[in-house]
Amino acid sequence: MDPIIATFIEENIVPNFNYWIYVILMMIGLYAMITKNNLIKKLIGMAIFQTAIILFYVSVGVKDTANIPIISHHGSEHHQMTDLSSETDSTKEIHNTIDKDKYANPLPHVLMLTAIVVGVSTLGLALAISQKIYKSFGTLEEDEILNKLRPGGHD
Amino acid sequence: MKIFGLIAVLVVGALLLSATSDFPDWRDKDSPANKSPVSSFYIEKTEKLTKVPNMVTAVLADYRGYDTMFETVVIFIAGIGIIAVLRNFDGPNSSSIKRENNDEGGGLLARFTCSLILPFIQIFALYVVAHGHHSPGGGFQGGVMLGASYILAALAFGLSKAKDIFSERRTMIFAAVGIFIYVGWGVLCLLFGKEFLNYEALDSILPGDAKMARSHSMLIVEIGVAFTVTAIMFSMYSNLSTRGRLSKGL
Repeated sequence: MDPIIATFIEENIVPNFNYWIYVILMMIGLYAMITKNNLIKKLIGMAIFQTAIILFYVSVGVKDTANIPIISHHGSEHHQMTDLSSETDSTKEIHNTIDKDKYANPLPHVLMLTAIVVGVSTLGLALAISQKIYKSFGTLEEDEILNKLRPGGHD
Repeated sequence: MKIFGLIAVLVVGALLLSATSDFPDWRDKDSPANKSPVSSFYIEKTEKLTKVPNMVTAVLADYRGYDTMFETVVIFIAGIGIIAVLRNFDGPNSSSIKRENNDEGGGLLARFTCSLILPFIQIFALYVVAHGHHSPGGGFQGGVMLGASYILAALAFGLSKAKDIFSERRTMIFAAVGIFIYVGWGVLCLLFGKEFLNYEALDSILPGDAKMARSHSMLIVEIGVAFTVTAIMFSMYSNLSTRGRLSKGL
């Protein structure tokens, strides 16, 4: 491979590849929303767009050493049982503090749970409206609908 | 026309990609989003203050309770909107058409398999709702699974059979009851002398101390969310698959 391209990939794409994937997915969705004529294809584009945003947010919350944002107590009770006699107040304090690098950022997850719900609601309502459009116009192609809406248009 | 769309998309994409070099690296634990005091507070303090190990559920149902409440209302409005747009009360009565359409639904094998698998899906959905504090899950996820189990029943046994179990009237009552549980729980906090949705007010009527009251209140709020989501999911499916006639499913 060309060394210039190789260094470009090494320095720009590899450390930030989550952003590249989200931009590419989002642009696929945007292209479908802008240029596709069929209303259902536009809705598919909208769903891809929303998925790209969700991917972006969740990937922002990732940490190198982290696990899912659920505090686990595996082993800690056992530890307390055995070392109850020897444990001093200072070591207890250390056990009770939570290392925030061990848990992924919960805030993007919460926000995206909200976004998924809104996405489902908008998609369901949009499908209902496109069914209604199909019932009254007999087509889901945008240009044909516009043609029929025009005063001189045939219906 | 398509070429203009392509040019616009490429320009926007190039601008966004040129900005990514300023973004923090992936998995960087010192990025602004991960270092912000808000998320650090949630990670370090939620379990101490609410006794809920699953931070996402705690933030969703407690700290951002208003947000989740109106989220449930959004789902409810979407369900009502679909009924308002699509529901068609003309056409043959669903009770008279029920007897004629015995051919709808899947074949023998699909019916048998679904009758075996449906109880397990529903029990797992209820587990996801009830255990949402301690493991991944919650009202939205469990509600969607429970709604999907009714959709599976409608696919396998026919929509009229599923409507016998979960009629349209019952669907809308369930959806409204879910929101009523959520909002009513917030009003109950008001009656006990604290702010709306401040669950610490309820420690006198719930077992445990004020922190456990927050944990228990989250479960009740999640149950309300699950009611609404289950009902609206099934309502969406049954209206969209029959063009609002609710007579014969897919």
